[in-house]
Amino acid sequence: MMLRTLLVALLSLAATGALADQMKLAVTTSFHNSGLAEVLLPEIRKDLGLEVQLLVVGTGQAIRLGASGDVDAILVHSRKAEEDFIAAGNGTHRTEIMYNDFVLIGPAADPAGIASASSAADALGRIAAAQAPFVSRGDDSGTHKKEKSLWDAAGVGADARDVAWYKEVGAGMGAALNTASGLNTYILSDRASWLNFGNKGDLALLYAGDPVLFNQYAYLPVNPAKHPHVKSDLAARLETWLTSDRAKALIDGYKLNGETLFTFNAAP
Amino acid sequence: MNEILQGLLQAGRLIVTLDSDLIEISLRSLRVTLSAVVIASAIGLPLGCWLAVRRFRWRRFVIATLNALMGLPPVVVGLIVYLFLSRSGPFGVFGLLFTPTAMIIAQVIILTPLIASIAHQAIRELWAEYHDLLISLNTTRFQRIATLLWDGRRALLTAALAGFGRGIGEVGAIMIVGGNIDNATRVLTTAIALETGKGNFALALALGFILIGLAVLVNLGVHSLSRTEVSDRW
Amino acid sequence: MVNPSILPLTVTDATVRRRGKVLVGPVSLSVSPSGLTIVMGPNGAGKSTLLRLLHGMERVARGTLAWQVPEAQARRRQAFVFQTPIMMRRSALDNVAYPLIVHGTPRKDARARAATWLDRVGLADSATKLATVLSGGERQKLALARALIRDPEILFLDEPCANLDGRATREFEEILTAAHAGGTRVVMATHDIGQARRLAGDVWFVYRGALHETAPADQFFAAPRTREAAAFINGDIVE
Repeated sequence: MMLRTLLVALLSLAATGALADQMKLAVTTSFHNSGLAEVLLPEIRKDLGLEVQLLVVGTGQAIRLGASGDVDAILVHSRKAEEDFIAAGNGTHRTEIMYNDFVLIGPAADPAGIASASSAADALGRIAAAQAPFVSRGDDSGTHKKEKSLWDAAGVGADARDVAWYKEVGAGMGAALNTASGLNTYILSDRASWLNFGNKGDLALLYAGDPVLFNQYAYLPVNPAKHPHVKSDLAARLETWLTSDRAKALIDGYKLNGETLFTFNAAP
Repeated sequence: MNEILQGLLQAGRLIVTLDSDLIEISLRSLRVTLSAVVIASAIGLPLGCWLAVRRFRWRRFVIATLNALMGLPPVVVGLIVYLFLSRSGPFGVFGLLFTPTAMIIAQVIILTPLIASIAHQAIRELWAEYHDLLISLNTTRFQRIATLLWDGRRALLTAALAGFGRGIGEVGAIMIVGGNIDNATRVLTTAIALETGKGNFALALALGFILIGLAVLVNLGVHSLSRTEVSDRW
Repeated sequence: MVNPSILPLTVTDATVRRRGKVLVGPVSLSVSPSGLTIVMGPNGAGKSTLLRLLHGMERVARGTLAWQVPEAQARRRQAFVFQTPIMMRRSALDNVAYPLIVHGTPRKDARARAATWLDRVGLADSATKLATVLSGGERQKLALARALIRDPEILFLDEPCANLDGRATREFEEILTAAHAGGTRVVMATHDIGQARRLAGDVWFVYRGALHETAPADQFFAAPRTREAAAFINGDIVE
């Protein structure tokens, strides 16, 4: 008897707030830290009457959330993982929306001298040569995967990344930046997280601009054939909106500290 | 040090201006934790009492387990609840993941052993005192438990408040099962984690001070209520 | 009384053991339907255990207790007053009302009857006080009222006045005597010989866990048959 009342109470609690159309979208920390979501979400709500609930996680967890059907779509930036996601039948398709870029941050004194590097690989090579302390996300996120591929391109394999100077913190972008700031080390960050970061300390933006640092965001709706409960109609409406001219204007026009962060590149 | 001062100032500003986000987040924190405390007390208090009154073969083992579960890492609880509530998990059909209900479920699991264990300690002493009388008066086991719960209510209130203290400050489990969704499952602790991640230490601290203030207010409120009762009745 | 009497109680070879040691017994006795029995004996002789045995609070290792009605019914018509009164953490009134409420009397009726009992034991002014703040004498009178409120046929008391001063003891004895005059069978342990002389109708002298001597009070005090009883009455140390 008591159990039943408890269950009813729990279910009614769960039912509250299901008024507007709602869908869940897993996004990466870097996207959320950019502040772009705070511009887009109110407009989406206005245009579509759709409340998009954001789950801010690393790419690794975002992929897991989509695969187990706990969200309706994901917005991530790790091409390899995205293609595996589609291949495994977890998503219907992959739509490129926009890109931003990664930047190399480090102590303002730049002991490894990466500011004058000719490429991203060259910059990382200089850090490894100087054995200058470097903080890595180490959390299997899109940024972490990108960083590892850059190291490999620079000819610094996993074995060469010695723990004496290469520190994997296993944390999100913000926490990793806090660590880098505290230890005064180099770190790879997306531009948005860096600009929004409030605890810069002695750190400065030292290297950016190599096309290899561009960071493509893609939108992947979860496959309704695998998870019948997902709101694929809402996910489709959101996709139409994200690839529209309206989204283009908002995304291209978004500036943080006077800098443009994202470039819209969706095929209409 | 400067950061702490700024945090205090910002906390004051948020409170004075009745910041609508702050109020919403604080109320959600209270709603989640108070619901969890009520449910965990409804389970934990009678359970702790029953363990004090009842002698059975596995009693020591159950009590030891309960005490060990008090130290359960919230992150582990969060992960397990997450896997159960996930669409791919056994209770996926209810669609509870990333809702306040999921956060309440996780907190109930964290708080119940704590409340039961503290209740057991308190009731054991009371039972030693009442034992002969209640046996002599021929009471049933249910009546004994009801009597001990009622007469031990002040100690049990402390148990519930300890549960509240642990729940309101908990972040590991509710971050995982709630997802820290703005306007849906964001509470004070997850907001603090978020702002710390953004390097906004002053705002994070401000929220932290508000959290502490809230906890103190609830404790004072409960204590003053129970004292009113004392002067009325006794 | 509509109900059949639960007395006499016949005890045959009853033994109480704890951790392999015999505390009381084997004891054989009969508790008659009326009277006021005083249980005497040196400390540690087994007076308390004997009373608890009769009240059904000790597990009987051997032997039998036979009431005139089934055990469960007999339990409802007995009450027990402990040496240290157990005060529930409630008001004095609620302490006295508790035995009624717990056995199904509506709360309001129970409180009304408890109030008349508090009046009868001189605690009317303390009705709303928390029982645990009462003095020793008040507590024991409260415990007596709580024991008598269900109108038990037999009342056991285990050295209830051991910690009371003279005045409190006198007041306690007055209430007890009134209850006895009203028909309640009383079995009380005491090692206060004066109290035993004042109250006893008959005496059980307990020595080393056994019923060493039983006799009507005047006979017991005038001419004890055993050496130990005589020494005890004399005030000698009996081991």
